[in-house]
Amino acid sequence: MKTAVIVFPGSNCDRDAADALERVTGTPAEMVWHEDTTLPDGLDLVMVPGGFSYGDYLRSGAIAARSPIMRDVVKKAGDGTPVLGVCNGFQILIETGLLPGALMRNAGLRFVCERTPLSVETTNSMFTRAYTDQHEVLFPVAHHDGNYFADEETLARLEGDGRVAFRYLANPNGSIHDIAGITNEAGNVLGMMPHPERAVDETHGGTHGRGVFESLLGGQK
Amino acid sequence: MTETHYAPGIDEDVALDHVTAEEYDIILSELGRAPNLVELGIFSVMWSEHCSYKSSRLHLAKFPTSGERVVYGPGENAGVVDIGDNQVAVFKMESHNHPSFIEPYQGSATGVGGILRDVFTMGARPVALMNALRFGDPSHPKTRQLVSGVAAGIGGYGNCVGVPTVGGETNFDKGYNGNILVNAMAVGLADRDKIFTAAAREVGYPVLYVGAKTGRDGIHGATMASAEFGEGSEEKRPTVQVGDPFTEKKLIEACLELMSEDAISSIQDMGAAGLTSSSVEMASSGGVGIELDLDHVPQRETAMTAYEMMLSESQERMLMIIKPGREHVAERVFKKWDLDVATIGKTTDTGRLVLRHKGETVCDLPLDPIGEKAPKYDRPHFPAEARASIDASRLKAPADLGQTLKSLIGSPDMASKKWIWSQYDRHVMADTVTSSEDPADAAIVRVHGSNKALAITTDCTPRYCAADPFEGGKQAVAEAWRNLTAVGADPIAITDCLNFGNPERPEIMGQFVGCVEGMAAACGALSFPVVSGNVSLYNETDGKAIPPTPAVGAVGLIPDVSVRAGFGGMKEGQVLLCVGETQGQLGASLYLRHIEGDDDGAPPGVDLEVEKRNGDFVRGQIRSGRARIVHDISDGGLACAAAEMAIASGVGVKLAHEGQVELFAWAFGEDQARYLIAADGADAEAILKAAKSADIPAMAVGLVGGDQLTLNAQHAVSLSELKRAHEDWMPALMANAQDERAA
Repeated sequence: MKTAVIVFPGSNCDRDAADALERVTGTPAEMVWHEDTTLPDGLDLVMVPGGFSYGDYLRSGAIAARSPIMRDVVKKAGDGTPVLGVCNGFQILIETGLLPGALMRNAGLRFVCERTPLSVETTNSMFTRAYTDQHEVLFPVAHHDGNYFADEETLARLEGDGRVAFRYLANPNGSIHDIAGITNEAGNVLGMMPHPERAVDETHGGTHGRGVFESLLGGQK
Repeated sequence: MTETHYAPGIDEDVALDHVTAEEYDIILSELGRAPNLVELGIFSVMWSEHCSYKSSRLHLAKFPTSGERVVYGPGENAGVVDIGDNQVAVFKMESHNHPSFIEPYQGSATGVGGILRDVFTMGARPVALMNALRFGDPSHPKTRQLVSGVAAGIGGYGNCVGVPTVGGETNFDKGYNGNILVNAMAVGLADRDKIFTAAAREVGYPVLYVGAKTGRDGIHGATMASAEFGEGSEEKRPTVQVGDPFTEKKLIEACLELMSEDAISSIQDMGAAGLTSSSVEMASSGGVGIELDLDHVPQRETAMTAYEMMLSESQERMLMIIKPGREHVAERVFKKWDLDVATIGKTTDTGRLVLRHKGETVCDLPLDPIGEKAPKYDRPHFPAEARASIDASRLKAPADLGQTLKSLIGSPDMASKKWIWSQYDRHVMADTVTSSEDPADAAIVRVHGSNKALAITTDCTPRYCAADPFEGGKQAVAEAWRNLTAVGADPIAITDCLNFGNPERPEIMGQFVGCVEGMAAACGALSFPVVSGNVSLYNETDGKAIPPTPAVGAVGLIPDVSVRAGFGGMKEGQVLLCVGETQGQLGASLYLRHIEGDDDGAPPGVDLEVEKRNGDFVRGQIRSGRARIVHDISDGGLACAAAEMAIASGVGVKLAHEGQVELFAWAFGEDQARYLIAADGADAEAILKAAKSADIPAMAVGLVGGDQLTLNAQHAVSLSELKRAHEDWMPALMANAQDERAA
């Protein structure tokens, strides 16, 4: 399975993402610099990692969304390449328009870091199909701007089309409908605030995150 | 002094604003002429307490600083210890007390930024942050705003640079009402053969400035941090630096990237006293001279003077000596990361600091008097008056020890600090094994890509230090050693942050000397050397000093991360063992403070030989696999330690005591060198047997089970009540606090 991780100035989960990908897929991920204009050919996954791209200046994810490489990410996503955005990566995908809605400051106004239980809302997705026997997972969250919001119409579409991939069981940030992760209409783009890459190894205190990457790997067989 | 003693534009007031009259006389005799304003500014920051350690150096020399694993001890930007496989751990702790009181968010944020730079300057990738925080009385009108701002500042910086904040400690005490303490520690990892140091040894090498531009922020920050506060200390806000963690993150990546190429000869971060201290330290430690052209310094503001540039403490800047002809490599890397890079001077063979600005020489000073020959004082010091120990039989035993336990576990000293640490990203870098959220006596961070892990802790019990500086100093080191031991680590070395009041007062200097000597004794006995550290004096407001607070940050090594201990996960039917002797010492205990309402009495003594024997025994039991659930006994004594284990495990404990020691003193006495171990019957028996043959005091003190914590079956408190008391205190305190960040 061929994967790439985008690196922006201020990304800080890029190494974690690459490690998790290599651990699960057995193949090292390619690191792609934000100023590059094209992604490598034949990718099975592009991961937009967490962190504070451009220091969260202007608005979380806003500047990164306008970087040269993201133009190609948007294009390849349109062609069906799977794209996974985690935390700041989710914020960036929303800023590019690949995913609908907005991520606002947490309702409690403070940064929140905790291991939080999620329900897997659909196994009918290339990112979650490995969770057939597991409906509840525990992932760490760590963010200041994770309060998901969308208008009624968008929410109805997301819910109606089964595009809510993960839902908080103990909402840490005030997200509407307890939404923790959503997919695009075609189902090949997933954005989520919780960090599956921080739950792939026993020393992380759990390995529930592997399912996201195993789901993608399953598609390769 | 007469007029001729002053350079044009300087009068006595200006001179004495910078240095004392005696120090000014030393400058005159060293230079043989009057210094100009730039030169005077340079002397004043370099001879400030913060930079020169002029009151403390004499005593710091008492610390043991070498050992088998020590690669670099004090004197470098951070301490370096060997952890095997050609790897080293690099760490240091530093205070940012004064600025954090004036401006809590930026003060604490830049404290984190500064300590990170000390670590990556040496070529190490920072992998963990810790902090030790002391605030005033919870009911003091400023406390909540300071807690809120400091927590947001530490999180705001650490979270953004992407280094996990894995642990720390927080105390509340009215003694810190006018001076809070913010001590931050950073730990990094490097290859042993790729460590960078600051000393510039080659002549004619280019001096490179990299990082953020220089502005007018933080001018005289080091001087401000070397003075007491009085009324109007808020007016010192312009001396507080402003942090930009995004630039720091880029600086980390750029520096580590450049360090992997053959370009850097030596490197130093610009911390306190900015460009002045970095250039002076690099040149004087390497025995060369240095010449800078300030016109080339990247500047954020217009019309900056030489004085302002040399004294600015703008953040996220580094100074490097580059191998000649390799400037373009540095330029490529720093341009890639959108950081400023400029050649601003060169090393010389003159042994002098020469500064040019707008075509004129604005400073020409011999380096020796500024750095190496800075004043060193043997300040008068009185030992603290010895206190009598507390005789428990003279105290009235509480009627309901269950309620006593509940009030201690929910007291400001012991209550959960989740409100603070839940704002810190503890998992980024994906190597955190245990952090503040996990029941373990030390944070554990895996060495990336290996099966080894570092154990890290910060410790100090200021009320012991106030009661008896020598014993308190010993205890701070011993508790750190014990906490590392309790998770199964081999303790390696410590860093320290010595926070005290005004050293010009003999009783304060007495506290300092007592604590340092106590720490030195413990470090020696436990083979636990000091490899780096920092001194913060003048933590006083209107003549009232903080309690003596020599915070210790310690690092240990866990050879196999799967063989470690924590204090959660107890199971019904297990036996609770206590290793170490319980005499019920209540002097300066939490029990005395919260139940009797005073801090009187002698603190528990630390028998270092016993400490070592008991600790080595417990570590051995963890390594053998018999002990997986271990907790050190400290604040609040045996019953509080058992309660913390019960809360973390979700199961009750029945404690049983018979013997001469009064039950309440047995439960809440703070005798040192003790551990609780919970184990299944067979393992417990094997541990007791091993203890007996090693002549280590150990006995069963309770059974795990039920949903209460009971003492001799007469006293009981439900687990849910304890849990609520433990977890609800801080959220209730902070419920109405303003959020600094949102404001």
